[in-house]
Amino acid sequence: MAQAISVRAVSVNGIQIEMMERGEGRPLLFLHPGIGIEPDAPVLHRLAARSRLIAPTHPGFGGSQAPKSFDSIDDLAYFYLDLIHALDLADIALVGVSLGGWIAAEMAIKSTAQISHLVLANAVGIKVGSREHRDVADIFAMTETEFLDLAYFDPGVGKRDYKAMPEAQVRNAARNREATARYAWSPFMHDPKLKGRLHRIRIPTLLLWGTHDRVLSEAYGQAYCAAIPGARFERIERAGHFPHLEQPDEFAEKLFAFMARK
Amino acid sequence: MKFYQFTEQPYPDAWADHGGSLRVNLPNRKCDPRIAADLYHRYFDEWMLADELGFDIMLNEHHQTATCMSSTVIVGLSVLARQTSRARLLVLGYPIGHRPDPLRVAEELSTIDVLSRGRLDMGFIKGVPYEFAASNQNPVGVMDRFWEAHDFIIKAMTSHDGPFNWESEHFHYRQVNIWPRPWQQPHPPVWSTTGSKSNARVLGERGYVMATLGTGYDTRSLYDVYREGYVSKGRPAPTADRFGYLGLVAVASNEREARARGEQIASYPRTSSIVHAPFRNPPGFFSVEDNAKLMRGQTPPRSYTKDRRVIDMRTASVQELIDAAILFCGTPDQVYTQIADFCEYCGGMGNLLMMGHAGAMTHAETVDNLTLFAKEVMPRLKDYRQPVAATATAA
Repeated sequence: MAQAISVRAVSVNGIQIEMMERGEGRPLLFLHPGIGIEPDAPVLHRLAARSRLIAPTHPGFGGSQAPKSFDSIDDLAYFYLDLIHALDLADIALVGVSLGGWIAAEMAIKSTAQISHLVLANAVGIKVGSREHRDVADIFAMTETEFLDLAYFDPGVGKRDYKAMPEAQVRNAARNREATARYAWSPFMHDPKLKGRLHRIRIPTLLLWGTHDRVLSEAYGQAYCAAIPGARFERIERAGHFPHLEQPDEFAEKLFAFMARK
Repeated sequence: MKFYQFTEQPYPDAWADHGGSLRVNLPNRKCDPRIAADLYHRYFDEWMLADELGFDIMLNEHHQTATCMSSTVIVGLSVLARQTSRARLLVLGYPIGHRPDPLRVAEELSTIDVLSRGRLDMGFIKGVPYEFAASNQNPVGVMDRFWEAHDFIIKAMTSHDGPFNWESEHFHYRQVNIWPRPWQQPHPPVWSTTGSKSNARVLGERGYVMATLGTGYDTRSLYDVYREGYVSKGRPAPTADRFGYLGLVAVASNEREARARGEQIASYPRTSSIVHAPFRNPPGFFSVEDNAKLMRGQTPPRSYTKDRRVIDMRTASVQELIDAAILFCGTPDQVYTQIADFCEYCGGMGNLLMMGHAGAMTHAETVDNLTLFAKEVMPRLKDYRQPVAATATAA
């Protein structure tokens, strides 16, 4: 594992959250999936090597506060647009994985004034299938082992030994599970309005897709891509729902290559 | 002391072959509607007998399960409001945090109260963890939704001068004016259940009847927190009628038969938590601290015997269940002594929620159990003088 990036507290609208920041250059706002992001995740170093990485912990997740009224991904999207304003960021690469991708998409339909590129990796958030087809596997109706099998190319990457972990980290994992339900229990993992609003996104957009994802189908990712004008779709092999964890090098390479395109 | 006859209205024919889950995802093709109809009629017959024998009646509801066929408690209450004439009708409980429409709840319960001429006791509950998969209500924040639903229902039942407005976090109405209004004034008595001290204190402050289940010889600490909340509002110490306890009861004329009956009644705790594991712990139902402990492999002790042995009611023997006061079992003398002992320990417990039927007990066995209890145990417990524990003194 790489060296952990130090975590600091920032306060926006009176809400105190944790945030990691490292590197120089264009700002890259990384929005983590429902399982959170560990400060020693190698992908953070790959991203910080070529940008000014800003990786907050969403309100309600990990060690970040959330007001009682926060109960939708919309709340998080407005919160992060306010964070961008508070940090006076511009020309941002906005990157989100899974639930973080959903937040990023909800931000981008509202305003891309300070955002130059959007990258959604194995993002949830839209409804594609029929009413009797669930697009997103019901992660709350399965055991952790079952979840790891669906979510990873190599389930060992996601496995955690909670008995050996520091207590605060276990507590953060418990908070992550609760916060995911708080924002995404019903409608499950999507906003019924989002798909019809994705056409508003007029900035360069990349869909990155871990091909071994069985929480979502690749057809779901293709539908997401098709709803955003001009969006590109690129696969990452030997990765599942969390390509940033299973293939951090390729994840970073594809992302920066996309940003360098004219 | 009051005695509420209770059965979960189980469908035991499906218990043998459940594939690891009796709730939520057990396919309903395993339910034969003809068998279900016979069971419903039988259970109602037994409640009508209970009414004649001097019992009050308790009903509940669960969803998508072979452990309890009462999926809408209003149906059972409706039948019994009309077909019984004496017994109080306790719903414990109505899972109001799961109901999308508390206006409907207020209307239903007011109607039952009027139809029964004021015999309704209304127990509001959070619901067990497995109910969230069925209702699809968010387990995160359920108690906020519960209390808002509670506040709304009480307001609807006690407003008599035309429509009122309600625009809050969870529920929105503009013209609320229920018909009929309830028979009992200002509203039917409110009950609830809990296993947590913080909630016990809130129930004490409000003066509601608090019932517990499976708490055995760990009940006193919850009752004492209730007592603290109760007197904090300037009232004298709460009397035994503020407390309820769900006890499994198996009584027979000799000990051998009683033990055999106890085995049948014990099928309730032994089957009750057979459910696909993820449905037992929906996110947000237990606190972050409790979940962190579970993740680290620490499970909290479940039930205690009188001499402080820890037991797990899901796997306990009949003797252990008796020792933990989860099951009252034996001859009428023994059952009387067990219950009176438990009331002394509690510092007063005035409502025995008596599970007098469970699992595959036959009609004849149930009739015998209820009749013997009513004739040999109930009169003595009615004469029994309940203690009134002052406040939080250690048991």
